[in-house]
Amino acid sequence: MIEKKKGDINQRSKLDLDQKKIESARKLANKIALKTQNVIEQYTTTSIERSVCRLLGIDGVDNYNVPLPNLVVDQVQRANKLEKGVALFIGNAMLSEQDSPQRIAGSISRGEIDITSLNFNDIDSIKRILINKSKERLNLIEKKSSQRQELLKKYGEKSGPYIYVIVATGNIYEDITQAKAAARQGADIIAVIRSTAQSLLDYVPYGATTEGFGGTFATQENFRLMRNALDEVSEELGRYIRLTNYCSGLCMPEIATMGALERLDVMLNDALYGILFRDINMKRTLIDQYFSRMINAYAGVIINTGEDNYLTTADAYENAHTVLASQFINEQFAFLTGLKEEQMGLGHAYEMDPSIENGFLYELAQAQMSREIFPKAPLKYMPPTKFKTGNIFKAHIQDALFNMITIITDQKIHLLGMLTEAIHTPFLSDRALSIENAKYIFRNLKNLGDEISFKKNGIIQKRAKEVLDKAYKLLEEVYSLGLFDTIERGIFAGISRNINGGKGIEGVIKKDVSYYNPFIDLMQKKLFRGDK
Amino acid sequence: MTQNLKPQDREDPEKKLDLTKLKPYGDSMNDGKVQVSFTLPVKISLKAIEAAKYLAVKMGLRDPLVAHSQDLDNGFSFFIIYGELKHNIDYTNINVSAIDLEIMSLKEINNFIKKKFKRKLIVIGASTGTDAHTVGIDAIMNIKGYAGHYGLEGYEMIKAYNLGAQVSNEEFVKKAIEENADILLVSQTVTEKNIHVQNLTHLVDLLEAENIREGIILICGGARISNNLAKELGFDAGFGSGTSPEMVATFFVKEMDRRLNS
Ligand code: B12
Repeated sequence: MIEKKKGDINQRSKLDLDQKKIESARKLANKIALKTQNVIEQYTTTSIERSVCRLLGIDGVDNYNVPLPNLVVDQVQRANKLEKGVALFIGNAMLSEQDSPQRIAGSISRGEIDITSLNFNDIDSIKRILINKSKERLNLIEKKSSQRQELLKKYGEKSGPYIYVIVATGNIYEDITQAKAAARQGADIIAVIRSTAQSLLDYVPYGATTEGFGGTFATQENFRLMRNALDEVSEELGRYIRLTNYCSGLCMPEIATMGALERLDVMLNDALYGILFRDINMKRTLIDQYFSRMINAYAGVIINTGEDNYLTTADAYENAHTVLASQFINEQFAFLTGLKEEQMGLGHAYEMDPSIENGFLYELAQAQMSREIFPKAPLKYMPPTKFKTGNIFKAHIQDALFNMITIITDQKIHLLGMLTEAIHTPFLSDRALSIENAKYIFRNLKNLGDEISFKKNGIIQKRAKEVLDKAYKLLEEVYSLGLFDTIERGIFAGISRNINGGKGIEGVIKKDVSYYNPFIDLMQKKLFRGDK
Repeated sequence: MTQNLKPQDREDPEKKLDLTKLKPYGDSMNDGKVQVSFTLPVKISLKAIEAAKYLAVKMGLRDPLVAHSQDLDNGFSFFIIYGELKHNIDYTNINVSAIDLEIMSLKEINNFIKKKFKRKLIVIGASTGTDAHTVGIDAIMNIKGYAGHYGLEGYEMIKAYNLGAQVSNEEFVKKAIEENADILLVSQTVTEKNIHVQNLTHLVDLLEAENIREGIILICGGARISNNLAKELGFDAGFGSGTSPEMVATFFVKEMDRRLNS
């Protein structure tokens, strides 16, 4: 069998794209991200502070099932001192009480201590004790990350697309059965979809869970159970099976922390998704995104962005350029947190109305365009969903066309379409049939992409140029408006959100000059060491 | 291919369409041919295939053919079965509570409202509970509408408020009271574990508790919503896939007229 040379098809532009334009688009996106970043860095949020607690080792719930990180942060917020960051108070209590963050949190939950009213120790000793603790905890995360590297070395990395499927029974134990079966059928990535209600919870549920709607709650224990199960099946198959979950929502950095501690491999991490599709306040979630992506970067996690979703509410043909523009912006935001290109699973989707003539050609053009513009990114490519109906036979063919584009244009994270997309979250057999479909097409068309080139100025090249041009114009507009204004005007996904509206704004806090978060410095030092 | 039938077959009452004994059609009348597929939580084996066949017989299939079987995992197997359904149904005796109205056009609806009510109707819509799907309710309400049909916001005689998604029932009812709504439109897309049933019933309870249920035309919709289900849950009507804004508007203006003038 001929092995596909990696990156081969990216050597030259099949689409004859204007490289200068791509470069200027990147520069514009960078300026947009920097402008927003200036705002982001002035604030912290309750969820960032709760993840500082988690990173320091605080976990568990009180008798009313309230997570301890929430109790600690609530205490500091009630004293109006969260602007300094929760870490200083924990560090101070560690010194005064000679105790661990976890035990101090326990005392808080029993109403035995108020960490905001203790006498303050010398600031340097507080920072020292915090830094030591933080280093110890970050080591744990690094260990998880090197464990992944070892396993990947042991089993070997897969070439070609990763087959990504979802499990969503609501019950983590049933999910495990489904996930293992999917892995044996050929899946490379298992995503556990969250319960409908979770993204708007301002806390992370605790423990193993067996009830959820349209998905299963993301809890650290559920992460651990699923990771163990997938490690077992990886061993059985001699193939590393990756695990995915979702950060987006009101708890982005906390879930990123849990994912880092339990060796998740891929995490959905996109503030814009929360803003547009969950009506989460834009400031809150962009600030959360910054810290959570930094944690993902540190843990070696691949992030997935949610541009594909725009096309479920806006027309996929008319608005393809909004996806590209958003990918440019997301890439720059990701760079700012220390993520590498190899960790950027930028999103896009095959979502055109099947009745469009030459729709396949346009989709091909756009997928190839994403591939060429982000050559190193493990692009996340979403299957048809919106135009799926209860006609499962047609849906299977829609998926077949989508599978063809993936293999022709070398997409990496291939979310598998399901024939029952319009009906229910997948059955065991739906997944098996879809995996069979994808494997068949990937095998039969393996090197087709290397064999074909596109007609100069043909439909495909022209479509790609058009989308790039429009994306560039949009970026110019976003730059002049600023990202916040752009969202207010409903330019992405046709959905408009107010800067002071949406959920979670009460959790946004302006940092005081004395603000301290030991993890930002420590992580940044490592993430930006050596590179630009 | 009637010309190939032997003359006696053409006469055969078994081969004629009889609406009181309706059966599936494969390639000849009353052959009863159907296809089913399912998974059994046992390892694939001759015994498993036999079990699938017995199940098919129990479903009412004569001569089931396990056309395909495959193993899905150590403890699961998958089957595709063809067979002849022995059951039939009396088609002449079936009643559905489909909303059977002559659908009016946007202009006719506006005129109807002007003439009958002499004021704008107030319509409030949302995707309620934890449901985040807005495309359905937007199709009905936003100007852009659905497949070329303007949504209710585009109707001169309708004041439409689309509250968007994940609106709690409490919030929704509050807004209904504030705006003195005539019509409430609720969209529900997520139906897993019957979450929509809980949520829709809760809304009816709230409206009753506030004593405003009677004065409001309460309508729900979504891909898995039927008029039957809606009525069972205490709504005035329910609309499923493919609903256009005109269909809903025709229903509520007629219903309002019926209530006022009878
Ligand atoms: C687009 C989409 C999304 C988008 C929604 C974006 C948005 N702002 O709406 C996003 C990506 C955000 C999304 C998220 C999720 N989704 Co979704 N989604 C879909 C998808 C692909 C299309 C739905 C759609 O827009 N249809 C087009 C519209 C026009 O059709 P419609 O809603 O049926 O509306 C028509 C009629 O029903 C009617 N109608 C609808 N509402 C009303 C109201 C009234 C009053 C009236 C009169 C008529 C009416 O009129 C409309 C026009 O004809 C479907 C799959 C599919 N192909 O159906 C899955 C699907 C609906 N989603 C599903 C799920 C499970 C989810 C998630 C829960 C997944 C998760 N765990 O995160 C989340 C939702 C989280 C939450 N809190 O709700 C499942 C639902 C399964 C079930 N039966 O419960 C589906 C079927 C996919 C699947 N197979 O898993 N989703």
